[in-house]
Parts: sequence; structure tokens; C-alpha cells
Amino acid sequence: MSTEAPARPKLTKAWTAAEPILEVRGLKTYFPVTAGMLQRTVAHVRAVDGVDLTVRQGETLGLVGESGCGKSTLGRSILRLVEPTEGQVIFKGEDLTRLGAAEMRRVRRDMAMIFQDPYASLDPRQTVGEIIGEPLDIHHLYTNKRQRQERIHELLRVVGLNPNFNNRYPHEFSGGQRQRIGIARALAVDPSFIVCDEPISALDVSIQAQIINLLERLQDQFNLTYLFIAHDLSVVKHISDRIAVMYLGKVVELAAAGELYRSPKHPYTGSLLSAIPIPDPKVERGRQRIILKGDVPSPVNPPSGCRFRTRCFKAQDKCAQEVPPLDTVDGHEAACFFPLQGDER
Amino acid sequence: MADHLLEVQDLHTVFPTKDGVVKAVDGVSFHLDPGETLGIVGESGSGKSVTVLSVMRLLQRPGRIASGRILYKGRDLAKASDPEMQEIRGEEIAMIFQDPMTSMNPVFKTGWQVGEPLRLHKNFDAKKALKEAVGFLHKVGIPEADKRADQYPHEFSGGMRQRAMIAMGLSTGPNVLIADEPTTALDVTIQAQILDLLRKVNHDFGTATILITHNLGVVAGMCERVMVMYAGKVAEQGPTEDVFANPKHPYTWSLLRSIPRLDAQEHEPLRAIEGLPPDLINPPTGCPFHPRCPFRIDRCIREMPPLEPVGPTQLATCWVTQAGRDLNEAAS
Ligand SMILES: Nc1ncnc2c1ncn2[C@@H]1O[C@H](COP(=O)(O)OP(=O)(O)OP(=O)(O)O)[C@@H](O)[C@H]1O
Ligand SMILES: Nc1ncnc2c1ncn2[C@@H]1O[C@H](COP(=O)(O)OP(=O)(O)OP(=O)(O)O)[C@@H](O)[C@H]1O
Ligand SMILES: [Mg+2]
Ligand SMILES: [Mg+2]
Repeated sequence: MSTEAPARPKLTKAWTAAEPILEVRGLKTYFPVTAGMLQRTVAHVRAVDGVDLTVRQGETLGLVGESGCGKSTLGRSILRLVEPTEGQVIFKGEDLTRLGAAEMRRVRRDMAMIFQDPYASLDPRQTVGEIIGEPLDIHHLYTNKRQRQERIHELLRVVGLNPNFNNRYPHEFSGGQRQRIGIARALAVDPSFIVCDEPISALDVSIQAQIINLLERLQDQFNLTYLFIAHDLSVVKHISDRIAVMYLGKVVELAAAGELYRSPKHPYTGSLLSAIPIPDPKVERGRQRIILKGDVPSPVNPPSGCRFRTRCFKAQDKCAQEVPPLDTVDGHEAACFFPLQGDER
Repeated sequence: MADHLLEVQDLHTVFPTKDGVVKAVDGVSFHLDPGETLGIVGESGSGKSVTVLSVMRLLQRPGRIASGRILYKGRDLAKASDPEMQEIRGEEIAMIFQDPMTSMNPVFKTGWQVGEPLRLHKNFDAKKALKEAVGFLHKVGIPEADKRADQYPHEFSGGMRQRAMIAMGLSTGPNVLIADEPTTALDVTIQAQILDLLRKVNHDFGTATILITHNLGVVAGMCERVMVMYAGKVAEQGPTEDVFANPKHPYTWSLLRSIPRLDAQEHEPLRAIEGLPPDLINPPTGCPFHPRCPFRIDRCIREMPPLEPVGPTQLATCWVTQAGRDLNEAAS
């Protein structure tokens, strides 16, 4: 099966007009930090700390940011694989944070997750057929054994694997093939929304494009909506309609993919873009770089005001005193008092 | 032929395992001149690390150099004794690794470890070595270096540990610095800091650098020359600009077209390399890339091409380009 992606235009009007499928409002997910013999809670990791997002039907929303900024926690909170501390997750008009276990199981048939590590996320003792069949069993998605088997074969074919692989074990496959198994499993419940958490980071460069193209083809074929998490901004820009940039638990900028690249407003986005090496020696030679100082601060004690101010080359007193709101200008959202101007980009 | 600082000739390194002999490095030749930066790229398992570990003679058992020469300043390191190699490793060629946590000792303070090569190879006493170590920690951009020297590696962030490793590598003033995926475990903004530091080191100290990476963007921004490896063999090598503009091996050509570029204007579909990476115990016949190669001719299936000049500046192992075909033209 070809892994060539359809040559579809990104950024068509289709998604701007489309209905939101998911709205995240004021979402916070904190993890307790415990200490002492009694394991008392002494502080909190503020992994996700007040996020508002809208994902529209049929689009790919990219989510980027450095390690530990809360991308996975946000993705997992949306699916309620971790319990949010505060806020709302409205999926197809229903607030998931209020649903009980049985209702949540119904919703989970419509949402799925693809994980980063195709080695760790598949149970080594299960055959490929068992791995893909499990969600079918949980949600009673067949009436007889033959139907189940046919569905598994169909799913394997859809992700470009030989249906005869059914009885093999994950260790018999390469990383790229394992990731295809993970994708087949995610598709088993016929979801409309998939959180892809770094689906290609663990794969060899030569295999990454196969998986990106597969995800794009499946999106077209089944009208899927993706939240696509990655730290590789080149990949995210390629696959996304819009991109949200996170820093220390907050979304600091959100815009259409091309717009974000052409005119970043938040200094963090600017420095992130300038840190991505471009595979072209001529382009690299002439590039201006914004090299950030220091490391990402701890999410247990984030800086006051704007969290990026400790590493920001534009920070002023105001940035330490007030939290900049995520303001929208022409559909481009940014949380910064002193956004980048023309020649600073 | 001009004398190079380092010249590897037809290196073969093997790992005998119970499943068979892994030909991890299978006839690799390259050279490094004073002050230059050479990039080595290639997919996981293509033999990048084993190549430089052979140069350093740090191969893990049961790995061994089966044949080939590793000429450093005219001396063959493949035949050097252990004491000779210890001296070379301490003073002439330094190496930094992908994961600095595993290469630093958790029970010793950072300053002590960074000063170790100086105590060992330059006979510095503890106090003088520490003072010098703090100086190098400062040079690689660690703030409050004197206080930091008093801390343990686990108190450092990943980026700071990598800086400390670089400081340790530089302390004896080596001629060659080998960096094996020094930024792969780091975040992009920290990667940018470390690459900036390596550029400065190369510029200020004139240290010749071998930079291993799987990131073609990093090579584009850092290296004058590049060697591309596939399945333990050299696919091609040459000036970075020429290799990127006009790749002479189909693997390089395919790889460059399969990665998304941040500066792409349109949403162009990626042209994926079909098929799977090769099995090194039972490698394909002929050229190991032939099962995935869009330009394959019959000869490729039978016979491995030698590494030969293709065009004025590049060397490649490909029958198609050696016969004078241009890959960009052939594809269009
Ligand atoms: N179960 C947990 N218990 C405690 N802390 C956690 C837990 N999961 C995540 N964290 C912390 O929350 C913060 C955000 O983590 P998260 O995994 O969401 O980051 P991320 O952006 O996905 O990073 P990466 O790019 O490394 O995957 C981190 O500081 C992390 O250590
Ligand atoms: N100790 C060992 N025993 C057996 N085989 C080994 C050993 N070390 C390396 N190899 C094999 O040698 C080959 C080359 O490995 P090497 O580590 O040089 O790859 P690499 O190009 O550095 O890959 P990566 O990008 O993943 O670091 C691989 O097939 C690997 O499995
Ligand atoms: Mg994550
Ligand atoms: Mg390696």
C-alpha cells in the first residue's frame, strides 16, 4: 500500500467554518508533590495551568513546547486518562469532566490516543490481533467471531500492514510497523478525535515520513480530527492547520501554521523557531539566531507574571507583575505585553 | 596525498553475536583536517557510533576492529597499545556522548570530574585542577561556575551536564573533539545553546570536530563536510553544501526529500522512503540500499559499488551516479 499522502491544500476555508468538536476551558491539572513519612502534600506540579483551546471538526491542531511544559498532561486530561484539577473539557457539546464512568466509556469510543513509544505502548505478550481486538471487545463492537476477525484484518490493511501479521508478536516488528499497530488499535473504535502524542519521535528519520503520510491519509479517509503533540516544530508545521505553543503549563501563542512561522508574536515562539535547524546549508549560513539563556524553570514554582520572562530578551518590569492574557488579533492569539515586531523575527 | 590530522582507511569493525557476525562498520574511509567540522549522519544502527568508538578504541566486547587503518598524525591507532591509547584519549582526542548522565560518575562532584583529565594527564595537583576546571566550566557558559563545581551531576540540568562534559573534553586542549549525538536528548532551545557552544569551541580553540547526528538540519548549520552512512558503509561524502544541493547517493537524495522543512511555503506531501532499514546480520546482496532505492539497476542487486569520486568534490558508493547520471534530473 502506498504511503503517499494526498496532495491536499492545508488551510482551506473548510476548517475555519467548521464547528468546534472540542473546547477546553480554564483547564488545570496539578500533581501533588509529597514529602516526609506521612507523604504530606507539600507543593504541586502545575503541569497544565489554565489552558483554553478550541479544536475544530476535521482539523489538526499542533501542540508544541519543550519537555515538561505539559503537552502530554493536557492530551491525557482531555481524554480523562488523568483527572483535571479544574476547568471544562467540552467534547461534542458535553462536558467530560462531569461524566461518570459508564458515560465516559461511551465517549471513549469516539476518542483515541496514539503514544510516543511504539515499544512500550504495546503489550509484548499479546499478538497483534489481540492488541487490535481488545478495544473491539471492551466496547462490544462485533456480534460474532468472524466479524471481529474481519474488522482486525481491515484495520491492518488500512494502516498498510499485511493482515496475515495477525498472530505475530510486537517484537517481530520494526519501530515503524509497531507504530502502525498502535494506530490500527486507535482506529479500532472508529473515533472521530485522536490525540497523537509524539507519534514519530521514537522512529528513525527514514521511517517518519511514512507515518506522517499515513496519518494524513487516514484523516482524509475517515474525517478525523487530530491533536498532534510533538517537539519537532518542522513536523508540526507540516501536519497542522493551526499550532498552539505551550510554555510551563500555559498556551502562549496560537495561530494558523503558516502565520505562526511567518510572524510569531511571542518571543518564546520566535526563539523556538530560530532554534530549529533547517536542512539547507545556504539557509543556515544566513540565519539569525535568538539563543535563549538558561533552562526552563520548575513548574512547581513558576515565575510570577509571564512565565517566560526569566529567559526573555524583551522582558520588562510589567512582565513580572502581571500575567499577560491570551489576546486575539486577526485570529492570531498571543499572551505577551511586548510582542515581537517586524525585524525582531 | 596530503597528510590529514586523522585518516581512517577501509575500517571494518565486527560484533560476533550468537545470531551471527554483525558487520557494524563495513569498509569505512574518511579523513579530518585541523580545525574543520565533519558531520556523520545516517539512520539508527548505520554504524556512526561504532566508527568513532573504533577510532577511540573504546569498543565494547565482543566488538573488534577486523581490519583497516586509523592514522592519527601518521600513527596507526588500530595497532596502538593500551597505554598509548590512554594518552591519546586524555590529551589528543576527546569524546562527548549523547547522554552525559551515563558518562559522568554520580558520586563525584562535577568540578572534581571535570578536572580529572588534568590530574591524570597533566599532573596537576587537586587544587590547581579544580581551579582550571572552574575556568572551563565558566568558558562553556555555566553561571556561578565556582559554586556549580561543588555540586553533583544530578543537580545539573541535561544541558548543563552536556556543557560540563564539553568542559572536561576541552580541558587538556585536544586537537580533535568527537561529539556523538550531543544534543539528541535535549530540548530544541537547549540544543541551540550547545550547538552555539560547539561552534565557539571550534572557532576559538581551533579544535577539529566530528559531529554525529541524525538531524540533517544540524549538519547544515554546523559542518563544512559531511559523511552519510548506510548499513555500516559510506553512502557518500563531500562538502555539506554540495551534498545537500546535489546528493550523489540515492539514500541521501531520498532522505532530503522525506523530511518536512520549517521554511516550506506550501503543504507539499512528504516523499517517504518506502521499505525498512536493513538487517545487518543478513544484509541485502550488492548495495544495501537497493531494496529501497528508486534508481536501482540490476548491477546494484549483485555488486557493491566502491567509494569513488562522483563530480569534482564528492565521493559516493553508487553505480548509477558513478555512471554519470544526475539524481535530480533522473527523478524529474
Ligand atoms: N503522573 C505525574 N505525577 C507527577 N508529576 C507529573 C506526572 N505526569 C507529569 N508530571 C509532571 O508534569 C509536568 C508536565 O509533564 P508532561 O509529561 O505533560 O510534559 P510534556 O510537555 O509532555 O513533556 P515531554 O515533551 O517530555 O513529553 C512535568 O513537570 C512532569 O514531571
Ligand atoms: N555491543 C554490541 N553488540 C552487538 N552489536 C552491536 C553492539 N554495539 C553495536 N552493535 C551493532 O552495530 C551496529 C551499528 O551500531 P551503532 O551504534 O554504530 O549505530 P549508530 O549509527 O550509532 O546508531 P544510533 O543512531 O542509533 O546511535 C548496529 O546494528 C548495532 O546493533
Ligand atoms: Mg510528553
Ligand atoms: Mg549512535
